[in-house]
Amino acid sequence: MTRNGPLALAFHTVFVIVMLAPIVVVCLVAFTPEGYLSLPTNGFSLRWFRTIANYPEFVHAFWVSLGLGALSSFVAVAFAVPAALAIARYKFPGRDALSALFLSPLMIPHVVLGIAFLRFFTSVGIGGTFSALLIAHVIVVFPFALRLTLAAATGMDRSVEMAAVSLGAGSFTLFRRVTLPLILPGVISGWALAFIQSFDDLTMTVFLAAPGTETLPVRMFLYIQDNIDPLVTSVSACVIAITMTALILLDRLYGLDRVLAGKSDPGR
Amino acid sequence: MSAAADTASAAPADDRRAGAPWALAAPALMLFVGVLVIPLAMTVMLSFHDWGQYKGIEPVFILKNWHEIATDPYYAEMFWRTFRIAILTTFLTAVLGAPEAYILNRMSGRWRSVFLLVILGPLLISVVARTLGWALLFGGNNGLVNKLMMSLGLIRAPIPFMFTETGMVVALAHVMMPFMVLSVWAALQRLDPQIENAALSLGAGPVTIIRRIVMPQIMPGVLSGAIIVFSLSASAFATPAIIGGRRLKVAATLAYDEFLNTLNWPLGAAVATLLLVALVLIVVGSNALIERRYAEVFR
Amino acid sequence: MAYLELDRVAKQFGAQTVVDDFSLAVGKGEFVSFLGPSGCGKTTTLQMIAGFLEPTRGTIRLEGSHLTKVHPAKRGLGIVFQSYALFPHMTAAENVAFGLEMRNVPRDERAERVRSALAMVGLAGYEERYPRRMSGGQQQRVALARALVIRPSVLLLDEPLSNLDAKLREGMQIELRQIQRTLGTTTILVTHDQNEAMSLSDRIVVMSQGRIEQIGTPQDTYERPASAFVSQFLGKTNDFAATIDRTVASARLVAGSWSAPAPAGFNGSVTISLRPERIGFADTGLAAKIITRIFQGNHWLFQCESECGPAIVIRQNDGQPQPAEGDVVRLTWRVEDMSLRGGGA
Ligand SMILES: Nc1ncnc2c1ncn2[C@@H]1O[C@H](COP(=O)(O)OP(=O)(O)OP(=O)(O)O)[C@@H](O)[C@H]1O
Ligand SMILES: [Mg+2]
Repeated sequence: MTRNGPLALAFHTVFVIVMLAPIVVVCLVAFTPEGYLSLPTNGFSLRWFRTIANYPEFVHAFWVSLGLGALSSFVAVAFAVPAALAIARYKFPGRDALSALFLSPLMIPHVVLGIAFLRFFTSVGIGGTFSALLIAHVIVVFPFALRLTLAAATGMDRSVEMAAVSLGAGSFTLFRRVTLPLILPGVISGWALAFIQSFDDLTMTVFLAAPGTETLPVRMFLYIQDNIDPLVTSVSACVIAITMTALILLDRLYGLDRVLAGKSDPGR
Repeated sequence: MSAAADTASAAPADDRRAGAPWALAAPALMLFVGVLVIPLAMTVMLSFHDWGQYKGIEPVFILKNWHEIATDPYYAEMFWRTFRIAILTTFLTAVLGAPEAYILNRMSGRWRSVFLLVILGPLLISVVARTLGWALLFGGNNGLVNKLMMSLGLIRAPIPFMFTETGMVVALAHVMMPFMVLSVWAALQRLDPQIENAALSLGAGPVTIIRRIVMPQIMPGVLSGAIIVFSLSASAFATPAIIGGRRLKVAATLAYDEFLNTLNWPLGAAVATLLLVALVLIVVGSNALIERRYAEVFR
Repeated sequence: MAYLELDRVAKQFGAQTVVDDFSLAVGKGEFVSFLGPSGCGKTTTLQMIAGFLEPTRGTIRLEGSHLTKVHPAKRGLGIVFQSYALFPHMTAAENVAFGLEMRNVPRDERAERVRSALAMVGLAGYEERYPRRMSGGQQQRVALARALVIRPSVLLLDEPLSNLDAKLREGMQIELRQIQRTLGTTTILVTHDQNEAMSLSDRIVVMSQGRIEQIGTPQDTYERPASAFVSQFLGKTNDFAATIDRTVASARLVAGSWSAPAPAGFNGSVTISLRPERIGFADTGLAAKIITRIFQGNHWLFQCESECGPAIVIRQNDGQPQPAEGDVVRLTWRVEDMSLRGGGA
């Protein structure tokens, strides 16, 4: 009978508490009525949430992050779908090298990517622009979009396509009416994972963002560099709340385990 | 192994249109060559350029930056610190994450998915927010963690966490833990659910079962999790920057400083290039070692 | 006192009852088979006997003491799992040696016993192979060797021969039977294969949907099936609707043109259950037309359309001419070869 003993359960409890502690603390401190970092010992206050309104750059940064995430993952998917079909469907010389290239952003430290992009974009004269950020994010999230699409395309029953062809479907009709709907779940979760990745990225973006194109993580990071006050905790609490809402929605709509499965090994 | 390599055998040989795959992959390939390969090459070149406080970057080919990194003990110490932190973090995640994954796997269905969500969910919450949480918990000498440990009698004097390697390792281990748990979890899923019963029926006790039956089988999962955690920790930026502050530099934060504060781009590029090369060598090398070690058994 | 005793054991997974009201007493040294269709709860029952699953209701006793009180490691059970559950990171020899190691058998003796166990299952020379590099049948035999080498007092075998070819399976069946006889091992065998159950067991437990349909010797269950399910499941069978006519002076059992003196205890409509090899061709009896005739080596198989519905007849191939397809024949049988059940077919 497989049951966890008391020792195992004690370990598990401590483990879970430690995993949750920093997140819970951030959310608690966000409600402090004091002007400095402290746990809200005498009453909760929304003071620091109201303060966010006085810092429009945080709100702006949130919209930049959202737009950047949505757009870059969309572009990445648009490039990834044909590439995934090529890799899943055909055996051709250079195929392994090609997929290694496409997955390589997972292996390259984001600092290195940030430096490389900074160097490149300043020398072509678009440093600090939103387009530069967009291109960089497309590259970084591309492997995530590719892998899930690839898994869907590989798992697909090809006889369905053959049946469609035998019924007279042309190649565009075939793609739009048969192939795309069948791989769509993989494509959507690839998009979702790519979005999360883009929304979260700090290390690379911190090199590329200029005032006006700062994403939320970058804004928060730069703010912490100067002063730590309860404002960043209330912003963080908002981010955590939004993430959790998205998580629950995603879980309801799609099943979180499938999305997370794609994030399991970024090192490969 | 990448997903693509696994599918290689499944892909049908479609020789009729040899150009078709290239046509399909062309947009992505052009994108990657244009804005990944070229920038990386430029960065490597940059590391050989000269730089001066007033003259800025000079596009010449010299070994000045590499020479500086090789001879100045500051860089050796910094790289050694980077890898020391990464190794300790990897060790901590393995030692705590593997048992946790095992315990999770033995839970009944509903609890299991709840706790899996609790442990993996932080993966999706901004690293800045998570590290900020640790900064709050550490908070100087009378931070919550120290207060708790002293009141439990675990320590007598407060341990300094902020601006120390200890704090960085703890916070990094928290950030990286989901990767380790996921990786071991995946390995546990491949275990025959009856295998522990088999050992039990042959007379093995619980310790023997874990040591002789479970551990050897999840070892590949632990090792591949370790590679992921190691490479992410060695190149981590946000956590070392927030917990380590300006004094305790690791490779990523040093490169950031050279680029955005000192503006010595060539030197920053050299540090980044070295980090990239070292990581690629370590990851590829250990992958090869693991595959050779387990080729016989798990093929 | 029974050696192993199951008393009204039931198992539920959530709301689904997988095993229900399962009572069985197994004597020491007895060979019992669980026979039933896929998903009927055989593995679940075996897992409860092994102590890996806890019964929802009922008790299991081994030598009179509560099974759940004895630690699984101390029960001395040898188990072959349906999924084999070989240790993938150990070679065949290491797998087999594991149980001996746990029992602190000295190294020399261990090596010798491992060698002979592997030889017994026909795997001499495969000692250093890892399970992933063996075929399904070879893995299965390693699992069998691993269970047998510890000389258990009870053997629990979950379809241990399912992946072997016919010849190998027959050899292993004989081997199993011999081991069981010489060592007096109490054995429970789970199988789909009725021939295997028939040829090996002292008794057969026929299961359907988590319940026991019949417990009896192979001959009993075959010749006197307790239910339509058992007779259908154990080989081919004919069910003819018949009536008992008590209006005539001496009551008669009537099926179409076939009739015989009525046995006691039945009235009205009944079902005659009859094995195909017990039917003969004759001048009088149930009229039937032969639809197909199939030659099967040592016997002929006839599928007929009779007055009482479809009928199957098996005749020994004794070299005599046999009726052809399309012929109309008369079917007859001895009263003692059939079994009667109340109600229509
Ligand atoms: N852990 C479980 N949780 C829920 N249902 C289960 C579980 N194990 C088995 N079942 C169900 O119990 C029923 C009986 O399963 P069992 O494995 O005992 O069948 P079986 O007779 O061994 O079949 P087979 O011959 O195919 O091995 C099946 O319907 C199965 O779906
Ligand atoms: Mg079974």
